[in-house]
Amino acid sequence: MSILIDANTTFIVQGITGREAVNLTRECLDYGAGAKVVGGVTPGRLGREVHGVPVFDTVAQAVAHHGTPIYGSVVTVPPAFTKDAVFEAIENGVKLIVIVTERIPRRDVAQMVELATLRGARIIGPNCLGIIVPDVIKMGGIGGPAKNAAQAYTPGPIGVISRSGGMTTEMSSTLSAADLGQSTAVSIGGDAIIGQSYAELMPLFEADEHTRGIVIYTEPGGRMEAELARWVTENNSRLPIVAFMAGRFMDEMPGMSFGHAGTIVEGKEDTASEKIARLAQAGIAVAERIEDIPDMIRAKMAAPATGSAGGGTTGVGTS
Amino acid sequence: MRFFEFEAREVIKRAGIPVTDYGFTTDPAEARAIAQRIGGPTVIKSQVLTGGRMKAGGVKFADTPEQAESHARDILALEINGHMPRGVLVDPKAQVEQEYYAGVVWDGIRKQPVMIFSPVGGIDIEQVAEEQPDKVGRRHFSTILPFADFQAKEVIASTGVTGSALNRLVPIMSKLAKLFMDNDMILTEINPLGRLADGSFVALDAHMDIENEARGRHKRLLADLGVGEEETRQAREATPFELAGEQVDAQDHRGVAGNVTEFDGNLGLVIGAGGGSLTLFDAVRAHGGKPANYCEIGGNPSVSKACGLAKLVLQKPGVDKIAVMMSIVSNTRVDIVARGVIKACLELGEDPAKKIAIFRIPGAWEEEGFKILERYGVDYADRSVSLNDAARRAVEKIQGSPA
Repeated sequence: MSILIDANTTFIVQGITGREAVNLTRECLDYGAGAKVVGGVTPGRLGREVHGVPVFDTVAQAVAHHGTPIYGSVVTVPPAFTKDAVFEAIENGVKLIVIVTERIPRRDVAQMVELATLRGARIIGPNCLGIIVPDVIKMGGIGGPAKNAAQAYTPGPIGVISRSGGMTTEMSSTLSAADLGQSTAVSIGGDAIIGQSYAELMPLFEADEHTRGIVIYTEPGGRMEAELARWVTENNSRLPIVAFMAGRFMDEMPGMSFGHAGTIVEGKEDTASEKIARLAQAGIAVAERIEDIPDMIRAKMAAPATGSAGGGTTGVGTS
Repeated sequence: MRFFEFEAREVIKRAGIPVTDYGFTTDPAEARAIAQRIGGPTVIKSQVLTGGRMKAGGVKFADTPEQAESHARDILALEINGHMPRGVLVDPKAQVEQEYYAGVVWDGIRKQPVMIFSPVGGIDIEQVAEEQPDKVGRRHFSTILPFADFQAKEVIASTGVTGSALNRLVPIMSKLAKLFMDNDMILTEINPLGRLADGSFVALDAHMDIENEARGRHKRLLADLGVGEEETRQAREATPFELAGEQVDAQDHRGVAGNVTEFDGNLGLVIGAGGGSLTLFDAVRAHGGKPANYCEIGGNPSVSKACGLAKLVLQKPGVDKIAVMMSIVSNTRVDIVARGVIKACLELGEDPAKKIAIFRIPGAWEEEGFKILERYGVDYADRSVSLNDAARRAVEKIQGSPA
């Protein structure tokens, strides 16, 4: 099983005629059972096709052509146009939006997230590679061409959540090599404000009975790890979590940003060492090296859940 | 990008928030003229983008225009934490009855801006929050609905402020919140916000940080303030090596081969992508390695860009070898990076097999890439070698090599 998407998920690609978007569309069509990419949108390109996918001027046209509501959209338009594209998707009934675009100002991101929340939609990203359910479907560039994605991702019990797109694949590949497949891997994006944080995805994994453990990739900057630690403590989660923290060297360099826009440390709580301490307090194991993750999560899954005296199914069904 | 105080004050003034009748200058004689115009005691403040200027002697009080000139001369020559001042602010010394704090920042968890207000100003707001938490009010506001004054009223009233002070503060907080949104700020802060004897309020110092990604839509404001497009105002000035890295990245628009940061070690790093670079940099250091630099490759850069970056790093004084390492790539092509780094060695008359300590980039087009590396005898690794092990191998090689 999976979270967010499954074999039946329909989606469009906004900005589909761009070079990267054309590749991404091919990859999604080729992967697993083949994603149901039911349309693409690029203003002024009505009537074209991208790998057999019909192109429209508006999301409304794509929905009308499809005949029933379209569930998702992958947005790959330039930063200046992203907010409008996302608003268009939301107002046309799209419920899951993966924003690939980088360098979108926070004000725009906050506005997109706020509208999505009002309309009961969910945003993944921006600055992310999307979602993959191994051997079933991928939505976004995650894992690359179908052949490469199949090499790194295998089906199994681990949910992966990562602030880095590339590291989602690196960690999943390491898990796969150790016979620990993934239920769903989500690249959540590297910006200071993103649609879905660890704590917001946890209830979905909690409700997915096939997921038995969580592996996360984290970085300095922001309060998302503190939020996860709090969520885990308050919700008596059945899922063991192993975290990997990159960018420990940044603790010595306050005020500098490396890697992703979101890594800028703005307060005491955002440093790597502070986050490691907070995660550990919540019973989340923090790995020193990627290759240690498989044994650590395996050990945690074998042990009775430390945080949940009430048994293993407490969180299932909560939303 | 941070603003200097004199710029932040200008932004505040434009938003209709009262400020003192200050003047900015880079010339001591002009400081005297400004003090003369003000006609009373003044404060001379160093304009630097670093904290602790008061302690460092960057803020001085003057009773006469002559004193203002002499203080300005001293302060203009005073380096603070490695920063030379951009100029000095000559500010009337206000008779303040009470100091307040007003600020707006983003809350990444709630994904909304949050107003912060306190009747205890003039000191670090984090200190107030720790010592007198009931004196700090916070209130989020919508990014979609128009801002409403009652929201400002609520955050101020929540700290116990009432009477005419409340009514005079509401428009100031409202204007600050709107200014924050309209200008794509990531921080705006008036501290202290002074209440004068007549009950009016005036901004006595201001901090602002505009989002780099949004600078393009505030060109007019930045031009008015005299901020150059090339000014990045990082925590420290870019070094010539880092500027050369920016040039490499700017040579064409395909992919990224940049974000170069200089360190003083002997192991050159050609690494990527965002998260992979952070992981690899940590790993090199964990094994006792001394990186010469940080950088990021990603998004499938051209051969010439990868070559340019590798050349830059190889030519850095003190660099013995480079390690070329990335997390598994799906978009960037292994063979293109391999071609780029080998070309860099050859163009510098070096043997790739000796100069490249290790090449660990698995993923898209890896068969083609590995073939090229084999041809030149370069030590490479596939995904079965972890990022950590690749870093260890690179460090071992460089420590075994003649200094």
